[in-house]
Amino acid sequence: MFGWEFPPHILGGLGTASYGLTKGMWECGDMDITFVIPKPFGDEERHFANIIGMSQVPVCWRDVSREYVQDRIGNVMDPDLYFRLRDHIYADFNYMRTNDLGCIEFSGRYPENLVEEINNYSICAGVIARTVDFDIIHSHDWLTYPAGIHAKQVSGKPLVIHVHATEFDRSRGKPNPTVYGIEKDGMNNADHIMCVSNLTRDTVIHNYGIDPSKVTTVHNAVTPLTPEQLNVPEHKSKDKVVTFLGRITMQKGPEYFVEAAAKVLKNNPNVRFVMAGSGDMMDKMILLAAERGISDRFHFPGFQKGNQVYEMLKASDVYIMPSVSEPFGISPLEAMQMGVPSIISKQSGCAEILTNVIKTDYWDIDAMADAINSIVTYPAMYNQLREDGLAEVNQITWDKAGRKVIDIYNKVLGRS
Amino acid sequence: MKAICFYFQIHQPFRLKRYRFFDIGNDHYYYDDFANDDIITRIAERSYIPAAQSLLKMIEESKGAFKCAISITGTALEQFEQYVPEFIDLLKKLSDTGCVEFLAETYAHSLASLADPDEFANQVKVHDEKIKELFGQSPKVLRNTELIYCDDLAPQILEMGYKGVITEGAKHILGWKSPNYVYSAASAPKLKILLKNDKFSDDISDRFSNTSWDEYPLTADKYINWIASTPAEEQIINLFMNLEVFGDFQPRETGIFQFLEALPRFAAEKGIEFWTPTTAVSKLKAVDILPVLHPISWADEARDTSAWLGNKLQNEAFNKLYSVSERVRLCEDRRLKQDWYYLQAADHFFYMSTKNMHDGSVHSQFSPYDTPFEAFTNYMNVLADFIVRVEEQYPMSIDNEELSSLLTTIRNQEREIETLNKEAESMRKNIEHFNEEHLLREQQEAEKKAEKKAEKKPARKCAPKAKKESAPKAEKKAPAKKSAKKEVKAEAPAPEATPEA
Repeated sequence: MFGWEFPPHILGGLGTASYGLTKGMWECGDMDITFVIPKPFGDEERHFANIIGMSQVPVCWRDVSREYVQDRIGNVMDPDLYFRLRDHIYADFNYMRTNDLGCIEFSGRYPENLVEEINNYSICAGVIARTVDFDIIHSHDWLTYPAGIHAKQVSGKPLVIHVHATEFDRSRGKPNPTVYGIEKDGMNNADHIMCVSNLTRDTVIHNYGIDPSKVTTVHNAVTPLTPEQLNVPEHKSKDKVVTFLGRITMQKGPEYFVEAAAKVLKNNPNVRFVMAGSGDMMDKMILLAAERGISDRFHFPGFQKGNQVYEMLKASDVYIMPSVSEPFGISPLEAMQMGVPSIISKQSGCAEILTNVIKTDYWDIDAMADAINSIVTYPAMYNQLREDGLAEVNQITWDKAGRKVIDIYNKVLGRS
Repeated sequence: MKAICFYFQIHQPFRLKRYRFFDIGNDHYYYDDFANDDIITRIAERSYIPAAQSLLKMIEESKGAFKCAISITGTALEQFEQYVPEFIDLLKKLSDTGCVEFLAETYAHSLASLADPDEFANQVKVHDEKIKELFGQSPKVLRNTELIYCDDLAPQILEMGYKGVITEGAKHILGWKSPNYVYSAASAPKLKILLKNDKFSDDISDRFSNTSWDEYPLTADKYINWIASTPAEEQIINLFMNLEVFGDFQPRETGIFQFLEALPRFAAEKGIEFWTPTTAVSKLKAVDILPVLHPISWADEARDTSAWLGNKLQNEAFNKLYSVSERVRLCEDRRLKQDWYYLQAADHFFYMSTKNMHDGSVHSQFSPYDTPFEAFTNYMNVLADFIVRVEEQYPMSIDNEELSSLLTTIRNQEREIETLNKEAESMRKNIEHFNEEHLLREQQEAEKKAEKKAEKKPARKCAPKAKKESAPKAEKKAPAKKSAKKEVKAEAPAPEATPEA
């Protein structure tokens, strides 16, 4: 598997989903999974998958001793694997910037030179494909499609790609041609495509012109919360709290949340609104809230890390995700796990599998305001959504998604 | 000898329009006129009208041997009056044949029987009046909303003057017993119970056009044979269903109308009669008592009330609604009363059901809402506005009893004032009459005297006399007003005004 993010060092939903799916597949048994990421930190969970960091994969031959390798990268890679990889270097990459071990450095994030990093990732993938023994290649999201294609060409093994999002979602319909090109190339070369929702599947079929028969939906799931996450300290306020958690970007529809808040506050002054997260539209949103005259009730606590997220959720009475276009959207499921009733837009993928949530169109601020008001005003509504939502979300587990993926593998490999 | 007892249900609720919470307190009209008009007109065209015509035809062709019962809710009647008046005429025609019995039921298709006996009684009464007014019949058998029935209801139903009640032949109640007998209520043995025969009813309403059913196609011949082959001592087969079954659930193309129309002929061949519920309860003796501890109904697989009161949302909305019932009955405002009926329709609670949300079962099939949560939110917003209006009529700070006694006082006084007014009026008339006669006599006398002498006597002399007569009487009545409020006094200047004459 080629991935870009892996917990605990994650920047978005991609890492969580890749991790959950891999673990879910491992739970189904009889799987030997190698998961490749750009840059491991050594604190990743490794018992269910063999994690290889691209920043430890040599592309140039360096004469180094075993002790030296153990000393340098022993915390993230077995030296034996390093030497095995070194035996499979397939071209001279000395013109590139490499380090003392002959490896290319990766940031593991989304830097300015992202396209270059994607390319380097693909170069390293060639080495891995020649070294590791495997039956199928699985690429998570467009960043790793070139690597997947490369590995397929080298090994002749089938390629499955996993579409966690498309450029159309990220750009609200104005795709970057380079990214679109990479995505399209990946889809054309893939033997099968998995999408996180029917919404994404439709995008893949219609906007990328892919044969529907090779596109399947595998809905995401959630990892059960740990007792530590469930028992975070509670800060209940007297007022009802409505929370938005996520990147404050165009894709997430934050402005609709502000407008709905203004409507709610007109009739129901005892509600507070929280927009947690950061993003390029944050300043605009602060201005908009001020313009609507609701700044005293509309708060921007900034980006939330680790358990802060769960503290935030625990203090909330309503979770809202008004995304304009959300391939899946795992955060409402997490809110439901914390027992917070959720309002989601019909334009998000998770709306396809959730029933105990309120769904509105992202632009329908009247409906959104109405739903918020209903949950904060009527205890029956709150309790019904809270309890049934919790029961529902506990049924959405990764092993079911993993089973589905394994079935697709078998189909692609002609084993079924 | 066997008999079939047909009863057809007709009901349409007043669907609510999208009502946002910021409409609360601003907009007091709650109904989606377009949807209501559209739905009832469409169903009437597809089903109600052709079905009623079929029934009429069957009665005529069988020369009155075919009989059936119809139960139609007040809300449906109101919608027909407004949108499809020709259907009311058809119903009148059916009623005029003497072969169609109209049943009693709750006016608003409400669940009042489960929460508020007074409201239940009131609605049944209002419904009876409406039926009497339109069709000239006084219902003798009651059908509660959605066939809801339990032992607690029976004494009240009997007391309200009904001979029988119609309910579901729920398997968990009957056990080994057959629904094809008349039973009596455990808590009121004089009240007879007619039970729906599930199997035979569902053969028509659910399975008729199901091609994967092994008995497909169902013919009238076969169907009557089934009924005829039930044990000889089972005398009554109760077929209860919605009238929409004909033409809507089972579309015209399935041949449902031909099936229906053919039934009387085959039944006659087998010697099976058609009875109305009243005939059934008066002709047949109850074989046993039937205890029903918990409410049953004809909805869903469970045959209980969980379709309307199965989750927190439904219970919250239901309790909120009936928390103001006493208050509303004290009110006189016509529009408020009307809304009160419309909001009680069981359908609103049905839409909030979270049962089988995934497989899109009957609940979502009939619901104008996408989800039960939307249904709840919309209903609660409307209800919030309604309660605000009730509170505006009478402040919540006064409790119901106090308010009630105040209202009785005021009403008694009103009545008293009315009688006083009447008295004053009649006295005024008497005086006028007396004056006139007096005047006439004096004139005649004057004329006579004028013949002799032109002597005149003032006719007005009698006026002060009248004053003397009426004044003491007005004073006499005054002590009765002792308890009256000041406003009332101000409103009642009539007795003092009498002397004008």
